[in-house]
Amino acid sequence: MKLTAKAGAVYAPSGDIVAREIEGEIIIVPLTAGIGDAEDDLFSLNETGRAFWKLLDGKKTLAQIARTLAEKYDAPPARIEKDILGLAAELLKRRIINEKKSF
Amino acid sequence: MKRSTVPQPNGSARDTACYIKKKDLNREPIWGGKEPPISQLDIELTERCDNDCIHCSINLPENDAKAKKKELSARQWKDILKQAADLGVMTVRFTGGEPLLREDFADLYAFARCLGLKVILFTNARGITPQLAALFVKMPALEKIEVSVYGMHRKSYEAVSRRPGSYAEFLRGIHWLTKSHIPFVVKGAFLSANKKEIAEFESWAATIPWMDRPPSYSMTFDLRGRRDSPKKNRLIKTLRATPGEVIGILNRHMEAYRREMSRFCRKFLGLPGKKLFACGAGRAVCVDAYGRFQPCLSLRAPDLAYDLKKGTLRDALTRVLPKLKKASAVNPLYLKRCSRCFIKGFCEQCPAKSWAEHGSLDTPVEYLCGIAHAQARDLGLLAAGEKGWEVSAWRARITKMK
Repeated sequence: MKLTAKAGAVYAPSGDIVAREIEGEIIIVPLTAGIGDAEDDLFSLNETGRAFWKLLDGKKTLAQIARTLAEKYDAPPARIEKDILGLAAELLKRRIINEKKSF
Repeated sequence: MKRSTVPQPNGSARDTACYIKKKDLNREPIWGGKEPPISQLDIELTERCDNDCIHCSINLPENDAKAKKKELSARQWKDILKQAADLGVMTVRFTGGEPLLREDFADLYAFARCLGLKVILFTNARGITPQLAALFVKMPALEKIEVSVYGMHRKSYEAVSRRPGSYAEFLRGIHWLTKSHIPFVVKGAFLSANKKEIAEFESWAATIPWMDRPPSYSMTFDLRGRRDSPKKNRLIKTLRATPGEVIGILNRHMEAYRREMSRFCRKFLGLPGKKLFACGAGRAVCVDAYGRFQPCLSLRAPDLAYDLKKGTLRDALTRVLPKLKKASAVNPLYLKRCSRCFIKGFCEQCPAKSWAEHGSLDTPVEYLCGIAHAQARDLGLLAAGEKGWEVSAWRARITKMK
């Protein structure tokens, strides 16, 4: 099933992983089964991924995060948002992030 | 403020796989080529064991109240685990004794995992229960569990473990691991009680889905690391494999072994010099059951220990690691032989073995020297009667290896 991330939705790191920052690198360590393809897969985020992760506070929408990144980096907001949606979909698929529902 | 340019991953800007990638710690270290303070923390949760293996270099009785009372509490272990995670350690190995004897094992395991640590568990599997298996399923260790196997039948197993009923419990533990699809590997101990079962053991091991190579064996058994029992040491010496037996085991998959040794020799053989710690000591460090930091799992020399009840892991690294870097052999016999022996890469001689055998860090261990020389002769690197420290043209001999 293809999971889609929504620009207007709010996401937060999932309880199924632990994100560790070591020497400036963010390592995603699965806490529960089924996050990686193999039992022992760990993940790492590149610079853009790290910038996204640090803004992922369970309060901002993806659109807000994209605007912040577009402001920080000299890039068109629409392209940044498209990239962020793709990254968020990948993280959602792997249960690395969860959508925060507002009640 | 100057604006930066959006950092683009390699390849397409929209290829999100480039923003997140799998991290193989072996191929791509976190520390960018620098040495991390420590790569792995070995935690010896207890020296007590529910087996009483004839060859064991550490075990104390399961019900040893004095030892149990001295062991660190769960709170103290959690504090050490937290310190390790803060230092960037990625892997913790729980060992013993038998670590599953600790009533708080599941709590400590879950705590380590919640810190983002990978866990290696060394166990005899007797304590694997359905509840523990369920925990390993829910919260995988991210490393294979390593199970020691002492025999393929009750008689042989219990001749080694010296605990009636232990074989049935071992089988039950294996059953729970297998049934729950929990990744594990097995390793053997080569002893007279089970020597004849090697083929059977290896056939069984080959059916375990996570065994990607034949099992390894303990054959050259270490003496008691604490130097606490001359009687047990005398027994252990009688159990050690002969050089011929070691060569036989090494050659059981001859083609693969020769190929691997050819690569190994080109990479690792050479004159070691007088530096004592050229091994992994200090990179994968150990904390014993009572909170003493040690440079490795085997080395019990008190001068190289640090009491973590009185200080931090960082303090221990600051105080002990420089000593390891500076440590040089002074024993004339070591300087004459080991420091000039080009086959030292085969030899298990190290400060820990020297300490267990002789109470010093740099005394040659004759038994291990004999094994290494037998291996070198078998591979055509030495002639009969020749010694590794007598050969000057050793490079040419390595080059000639097929």
